[in-house]
Amino acid sequence: MTFGIPNLIGDLVREYSPWPWLALGVNVILAVTAVLAVGIGSAPILIYMERKVCAHVQCRLGPMRLGWHGILQTIADVTKLLFKEVYSPKGVDKIVYYLAPMISLTAPFFTLALIPFGEQWQVINLEFAVPAIIAINGLGLFAILLGGWASNNKYSLLSALRSGALMISYEISFAMIMLFVIMISGSASLNEIIATQSGTVLDWWIFKLPVLGFVAFVMFMCVSTAELNRAPFDIAEAEQELTAGFHTEYTGTAFAMFYLTEYINLIAASALGSIFFLGGWQAPLVGIESVDKILLGIPGLVWMFAKIYFLIFLYMMFRWTWLRPRIDQLMSFEWKFLLPLSLILLGLGALFTAMGWVL
Amino acid sequence: MTAISKYFHAVVTGPVSLLKGMSVTLRYFFNPKKIVTEQYPENKATLKMHERFRGRVELIHNEQNLHTCTACGICEKNCPNNSINVLSTKNIAGKKVLGKYLYRLDSCTQCGFCVESCPFGCLRMAHDFERSSADKQSFNMTLNKTEGQG
Repeated sequence: MTFGIPNLIGDLVREYSPWPWLALGVNVILAVTAVLAVGIGSAPILIYMERKVCAHVQCRLGPMRLGWHGILQTIADVTKLLFKEVYSPKGVDKIVYYLAPMISLTAPFFTLALIPFGEQWQVINLEFAVPAIIAINGLGLFAILLGGWASNNKYSLLSALRSGALMISYEISFAMIMLFVIMISGSASLNEIIATQSGTVLDWWIFKLPVLGFVAFVMFMCVSTAELNRAPFDIAEAEQELTAGFHTEYTGTAFAMFYLTEYINLIAASALGSIFFLGGWQAPLVGIESVDKILLGIPGLVWMFAKIYFLIFLYMMFRWTWLRPRIDQLMSFEWKFLLPLSLILLGLGALFTAMGWVL
Repeated sequence: MTAISKYFHAVVTGPVSLLKGMSVTLRYFFNPKKIVTEQYPENKATLKMHERFRGRVELIHNEQNLHTCTACGICEKNCPNNSINVLSTKNIAGKKVLGKYLYRLDSCTQCGFCVESCPFGCLRMAHDFERSSADKQSFNMTLNKTEGQG
């Protein structure tokens, strides 16, 4: 097993230590630490950001008391969640009940491991990363179904079934959009997809393919919102009807894991969006040499996170602006609108790339 | 309208209405002046209640500490929960004047009927709201400052 991206510490161990095979273990530990740092480190930031965005959209201030503008509020909440008692209600299937949050947390970490956050900031460089992500996405749905079923609560089960139907439906369009990206860029590796967008801003896939790129981007945002189970597609945890849906019965750390999953998924989806359509870690060059020099001076990691947070901001605005349709409306939206549109998009994309109608 | 044209109508008008909603929320997001939250204990000094806020009932006094109440008792009759007792006396000329305007804040619901019904406009709702107290007697108030005036 080799890692696509070399790292200094692993190489040093391999070169100079008496046991070169230790490098593999060191590399694995480094990879796990990196993914955990991105995932768990950004979750409190995202929760704080969501609260502030939501508050300002609704003419409120949000958390203000703990620390400067309530910056410590999330840390306090997370600490509270960690020290709460974890218990299960009567009659639940204990193994499945405790397995579900762990499975749900596995999926986004898998995706994070595949994502290149910068030139040298990637855990695994998979040649077939996009199909792998499609496969991993199913795991999140699996966790929701297990959690809802194991809770021994009819509303949780209802929510799990609903979100199962929703996510399976939207996964088709999600895969179609990803196929579209694979088709126009000619590769399934995330690094290759980024490499095809090198150049100025106009070389990003959102602009490079006239009109189609933008349509595909809008559809990607729409479908990934459904995959994330966020409003306006948050049928899994429709507060008014199902209290909290599949995680109603979970407390303490188990609930925190579901909560964390939601936000790490958000990062993963935004990272995919920025890789597919916004050029990944590449700087938004404008074609003027003096400006480009400054833009190139900023490392790719910063650009990647700037794009990720921009997309996350968009997701948050969606969530706090639009209302949730009924489940049947969502299903007809997918089957009668999104799926035909994505098929048409796929056909037109093939035509555009074949005829060379690319900017 | 046929089903097909309805479908395409929705395809066009749907995104437009979504964008309309986004424009409203984005306007709110980038305009901090629209925030209505009051940072209450911190902004105690500058906090100003709204014009129509209803705190406790207050008898309007002018600079000479004089009020215009005639002890007619209409507010007492209009009070739905008997929070008001207007006790009248007679002055030296034998005219009926206000003796004591008794007001019980603990049973008052701040409905404002007394203010509405006062024919002389001598009542108003005060703007103070920090009225909680551990002493029950402090809720029984005499609103007029001078006795037998008028």
